Amino acid sequence: MSQFLQLIFTGLTIGATYALAAMGFSIIYNASGVINFAQGEFIMLGGMIAASLVAAGAPLALAVVAAVAAVVAIGLVVAKIAIEPARGADVTTLIIITIGVSMVLRGGVEATMGKGGHALPPFSGDTPIVLAGATMLPQSLWVAATTLVVVAGLALFFERTRLGKGILATAHNRLAAQLVGVDTRRVLTLSFGLSAALGAIGGILIAPIANTSYDAGVMLGLKGFVAATIGGLGSGVGAVAGGVALGLLESMTAGYLSSAYKDAAAFVIVLVILLLRPSGMFGAATSSRV
Amino acid sequence: MTAGSAPRSTASSRASRWAVARAPTLLFVAALVVLPLILPNVYYFDVAIRIAINATLAIALNLLIGYTGQISLGHAAFFGLGAYGSAILVAEYHWPPGAALLASAALVGALAYVVARVILRLEGHYLAMATLGLGVIASIALSNEVGLTGGPDGMSVPDFSILGLRVVGEKAWYWVFAATLVAAIVLAGNLVDSPAGRALRALHGSQTAARAVGVEASAFKIRVFVLSATVAAVMGSLYAHYVGFVTPGLAGFPKSVELVTMVVVGGMASIWGSVLGAALFSLAPELLARFEGYETIAFGAILVATMIFLPRGIAPSLGARLWRRDS
Repeated sequence: MSQFLQLIFTGLTIGATYALAAMGFSIIYNASGVINFAQGEFIMLGGMIAASLVAAGAPLALAVVAAVAAVVAIGLVVAKIAIEPARGADVTTLIIITIGVSMVLRGGVEATMGKGGHALPPFSGDTPIVLAGATMLPQSLWVAATTLVVVAGLALFFERTRLGKGILATAHNRLAAQLVGVDTRRVLTLSFGLSAALGAIGGILIAPIANTSYDAGVMLGLKGFVAATIGGLGSGVGAVAGGVALGLLESMTAGYLSSAYKDAAAFVIVLVILLLRPSGMFGAATSSRV
Repeated sequence: MTAGSAPRSTASSRASRWAVARAPTLLFVAALVVLPLILPNVYYFDVAIRIAINATLAIALNLLIGYTGQISLGHAAFFGLGAYGSAILVAEYHWPPGAALLASAALVGALAYVVARVILRLEGHYLAMATLGLGVIASIALSNEVGLTGGPDGMSVPDFSILGLRVVGEKAWYWVFAATLVAAIVLAGNLVDSPAGRALRALHGSQTAARAVGVEASAFKIRVFVLSATVAAVMGSLYAHYVGFVTPGLAGFPKSVELVTMVVVGGMASIWGSVLGAALFSLAPELLARFEGYETIAFGAILVATMIFLPRGIAPSLGARLWRRDS
């Protein structure tokens, strides 16, 4: 029983990171129809920049804020110089562009920070919390709480603000959105900034638990894509549900079946779900987009 | 040039038309024959061989991506499975290499058929996700089934021999891979110009319209997927014997991405574009290697720039520009 609880804790922690990554995929997909294969690099950049700032002597809080700001700036630049000029290109062409961007970002980190692993200190110590025989790192609480706050904040942003409603309108019908005065080009740039922020936050939160390195973003990005697909591309509720479900599935696979096939579990489940429901669990619903 | 003498369309004019249509292929074959005389040492032979392998893979993948509009982000899995099929059957079970190659190709073809039947119902990004997933599962399985595959360290593969004739060394293998490349160019060219090829292009344009004029959409897509996977498996088998060593990386996501990149940058639905794309991306690592640490950045930047300025790929975009200047 305590092992089961332990696996739930682990699964929820990693699942929250996947949920943040999946929301990043969904926001960009909604705003532009692009699957951003550089999303994983935003996650990696968040962790790496924060870790190197701390290593250089910056206080943790400052390092976190600066890292998120830096990654948002990178996201905006990517949208401006790589995605916007190719608007209207074929899906395959856009996929290749985001893959190219991910190589530039990964190579940039490799060239400037090296191939070694980097660590970030836990936000509030590493004394494990014992709960019903299972242990949990305080960092896991940080991950869960921050993810909840971010999800609630995003929901408010999309429902209450003019900008958020503009993004939703663009997702539903670009032409109609333009007709009522939404600047759809700004929506695209903004969606990249927002997704970069989500990725950076996820990367920073998970860095104290799992070491980060220049190539850590590849698998995390793919898992985020899996989570977004499970939930249904473009669905915000689906992204969160898909991320948490994927995290739990992985930790259960590692605990009860085989830790070697932990990474394969994600891709097996996404295939099964696509075959049963070709547009994901929440993909058909159009009103529940976040 | 034969338009004026159309009524007297005799054997000679048909022959000249054949020669005009085949001129690029004939020139290319001539270049392949002369090339070994110029190449100074085995290093250059190795580079030429890698280009030929990638070009053959890219042509086969382009039939799928460029002509039917179906993306595959897991195509390296078929290449890797072909390589491991030959490696395991020859090294562990002592099969003759030729039989192992055919058996691996048949197995991979059958697997691709089953996969295609199931996943080609998906479209766009969901198809990309499904093919990517299959590729990742295959490479994870290859690294974890240590008893069979040697795990992440890989396994060595004996030399290739057929009917007592052993193929050893870069200079011998050059002719094998030059031959497979020419075969791929000729067969893909014939396929594209056949009624089946026109059906494929119709599919890319509009599935509904194609179906309305009687093109059996799903059957065509499945056949092309299986063809392209089988070619990848055969090349995998030959590659395994050539290098003498296989690792799970052959089937990995980065290799799949590399293949798609060659197709898209070279030019979708362009056979010569695939050859060009394969040449560029096989040479780039050699040329950029001196910029240690910065080669990934350069590679990514070239990719982005090409796609922005030549969105249809290098060969078709430049072709269109030259054409405009002529007329």
